[in-house]
Amino acid sequence: MNANYPALIVLSPLLAAFLVAALDWVDRRWCYPVALIGLGGAVYSSGHLFFQVMRSGTIAYQLGGWPPPMGIELRIDFLNVLLLILVSLVALVNMVASKKSIHQEMPIKEGTFCTIYLLFVTGLLGVLVTGDLFNLYVLLEITSLASYALLAMGNPDRAPLASLNYVYLGVIGASFYLLGVGYLYIMTGSLNMLDVASLLPQISGSTAVSVAFIFCLVGVWIKMGLFPLHTWLPNAYSYAPVAANRVIAPLMTKVMVYVMIRLMLTVFGFHYVFEQLDVQNWIVGLGSVAIIAGALMALAQTDLKKMLAYIIVCEIGYMVGGAWVGNVQGMVGAVLHIINDGLMTFALFLVLGNIVYVQGKTKISELDGIFASMPWTMAGFVLAGLSIIGVPPTCGFFSKWYLLLGGIQAGAWFFVIALVFSSLISAILVFRVVETAFFSSAQEVHGHHGGHAGHVAILQEAPITMLASLGIVGIGLIAVGIWSGSIVQQVILPFVQQGMS
Amino acid sequence: MTAVLADYRGYDTMFETVVIFAAGLACILLLRTYIQRTRGREYRHIPTGIIIHIQDPNKAPKGLREFELIDNIWVPHDLIIKTVCRILIPFIQIFSLYVVMHGDFSPGGGFQGGVIFGASLILLAISFDLRTALQLVSEKTLGMLCALGVVIYSGIGCLCIMLSGNFLDYGTLSQILPVDPNHIRALGMLGVEIGVGITVMAVMVVLYINIASEGRHHQGL
Amino acid sequence: MPDLLNEIVHKYNYWLYIILMMIGLYAMISKNNLIKKLVGMNIFQTAIILFFISIGYKEDATIPIIVSGHGGDAAHQAIQAANYINPLPHVLMLTAIVVSVATLGVALALVVMIYQRYQTLEEDEIRMRVKQL
Repeated sequence: MNANYPALIVLSPLLAAFLVAALDWVDRRWCYPVALIGLGGAVYSSGHLFFQVMRSGTIAYQLGGWPPPMGIELRIDFLNVLLLILVSLVALVNMVASKKSIHQEMPIKEGTFCTIYLLFVTGLLGVLVTGDLFNLYVLLEITSLASYALLAMGNPDRAPLASLNYVYLGVIGASFYLLGVGYLYIMTGSLNMLDVASLLPQISGSTAVSVAFIFCLVGVWIKMGLFPLHTWLPNAYSYAPVAANRVIAPLMTKVMVYVMIRLMLTVFGFHYVFEQLDVQNWIVGLGSVAIIAGALMALAQTDLKKMLAYIIVCEIGYMVGGAWVGNVQGMVGAVLHIINDGLMTFALFLVLGNIVYVQGKTKISELDGIFASMPWTMAGFVLAGLSIIGVPPTCGFFSKWYLLLGGIQAGAWFFVIALVFSSLISAILVFRVVETAFFSSAQEVHGHHGGHAGHVAILQEAPITMLASLGIVGIGLIAVGIWSGSIVQQVILPFVQQGMS
Repeated sequence: MTAVLADYRGYDTMFETVVIFAAGLACILLLRTYIQRTRGREYRHIPTGIIIHIQDPNKAPKGLREFELIDNIWVPHDLIIKTVCRILIPFIQIFSLYVVMHGDFSPGGGFQGGVIFGASLILLAISFDLRTALQLVSEKTLGMLCALGVVIYSGIGCLCIMLSGNFLDYGTLSQILPVDPNHIRALGMLGVEIGVGITVMAVMVVLYINIASEGRHHQGL
Repeated sequence: MPDLLNEIVHKYNYWLYIILMMIGLYAMISKNNLIKKLVGMNIFQTAIILFFISIGYKEDATIPIIVSGHGGDAAHQAIQAANYINPLPHVLMLTAIVVSVATLGVALALVVMIYQRYQTLEEDEIRMRVKQL
């Protein structure tokens, strides 16, 4: 049993999904507890795997008893073990926080929603543990299918159209990735990541391999929402239901960044990507443009949901630029930023969900006085906002620090300027919301919601489960920040140094 | 080829089945509504062939036994279609079972057999009536069958874990079945193919029913 | 010039698939009707599937099923791998076909939802009605 945790971490939410689907027809009240048990199993397995990897290094697990390259292999090393913990924890905390939102937005279909949610989490965990290129495609498609369905359940006017546009672009992205895997298979005859990595140096001069890399890369970029391939992102994430949004927005794009780093460092190798291809300056430039474009478009929004979606676009630019500067600091910054950004975005979307649940409106101008009526939620927003700006001791500061160091060391001055610029714009964004929320408009002295100036403020907070989840994530933001040093030293640095040696 | 599909890359095939399952569930999630139609229903008097349209959905014609409920796109003269399909459908289903079982030796396998079986049920829904098909295989049965197929697949895999092997390592099944370890792989593959066939069949029918009736399950094509 | 013609003739399968892919992509981008866009998406995915299948072909090879004998004896004879086409791309593409069908199913469900809301399938009309909301 001890050796089977790599399979169990994927099986636990999968079996829970099937059980919830069957229970939906029998007795709907069992769906939610079974879903929680499934996600709890995933969290437990990820913790177990973390300690196992820290003790004994990379774990390789063969499915069906067939050794690679014939069979499929699951590999857990330092890079994905942290992400496994992140994904399973975010999924579990979100499930806890979303019970009332699901009931508010989709009253009859809770069981089916929980099933597809669990399938989404299964897909993400599967993408993280797999060591086989085609298996990654299949799991990517499971994740995408589940997200198409989840994102279309929101605003009935605009969500289906937004999700359909996401379908088109998502299919193009996944098909490009499949085409790249096909080229790799023609050239090397194998689908296992390590096998391909060992066979590639002999044929690395051929154009087919570079075309394979470019196809895989563009496919992954479409799926992660890198400017200018991000056009599906704002609409899809703005009109989605709250419970789905909170799990898809933080996790999906970050797992795609993981896939990109995995392709760069493990499959194609550092020497090929950085020394033979020599496109890194262009890509770092593209990342910087993404940062600036995302920040400026976020500034132009009047709706809180769209603003958060454009902040995601900006953050993806950080990670792509950091990964492609080509030195250890930048890559460490990018990997650390995956974890930090997952937590920060999750915290922001939790705040958003609370506001939607209590008030139902998300335009920034309508948020006045919220500080009085929802103090804990806004405290969480301020904490997450400080993390996005990059203020110590929250975790955002540390990853930005590494990214800045990497950029300076590599001489990528455009990237460094973009980083500083976007920090300033994030400050403007956060404080604009804080200002509207804290200082209500002067005309409303005897306001009908949340009285001020002498009246007792009506505390109209979100339910305790949502607040508790927000609290956990807030503590997580600070804890990851304080422990950044040891996380980098013991987990991220060995992987990056090994990959870039 | 089924050996490659179900044994070497059995993990991929399991997730392929999960993809189909997810598509069926997504269809139910997106489309299924429980709002009753408000346009009224149409009834046809069987002895004379006169069609009446009743506006109020709660009322029914007097002497209901002589009337049958029809779809608003009903066309007469379908006796030939109904009889032929009624004869053909069991044979199609037997053929689909044959295709599932023979996946190891000839072109076939779980997916193909499941699609053929699902097609036979869709033929029933097209030639007769969506309501007739739903009376024979209710929504609850289809939902349970969807889940049952994938549970069989991953259940066989988990059984292999519990018998101290890796996931989907069919060789360990020889500890419970009295067959030699080489043959047990073929039996394991047969088991998972059956699971795949069940899920594919149920999801095909679910997809057809939900898309054709726009989620309301009142009438089809 | 004869070199280019040589290239095209010898690798005609690659050219065919690229043309198919571009047709699919063109349909997805430029057509107005939502169903036509879905058809384009399906053509695009099918082109990639055909490309994959074609790479498993070997000259004068047959389908990968051992015909002589049945059961135990056939499995004990050594087979010449060059006589059978590579089954792995076919297997992978079975999975890819299933995935594309599932995506098409979900996309069709979304189109039905949009039609129920807007009573039209033309994208410019939908955009107009969305603006009026």
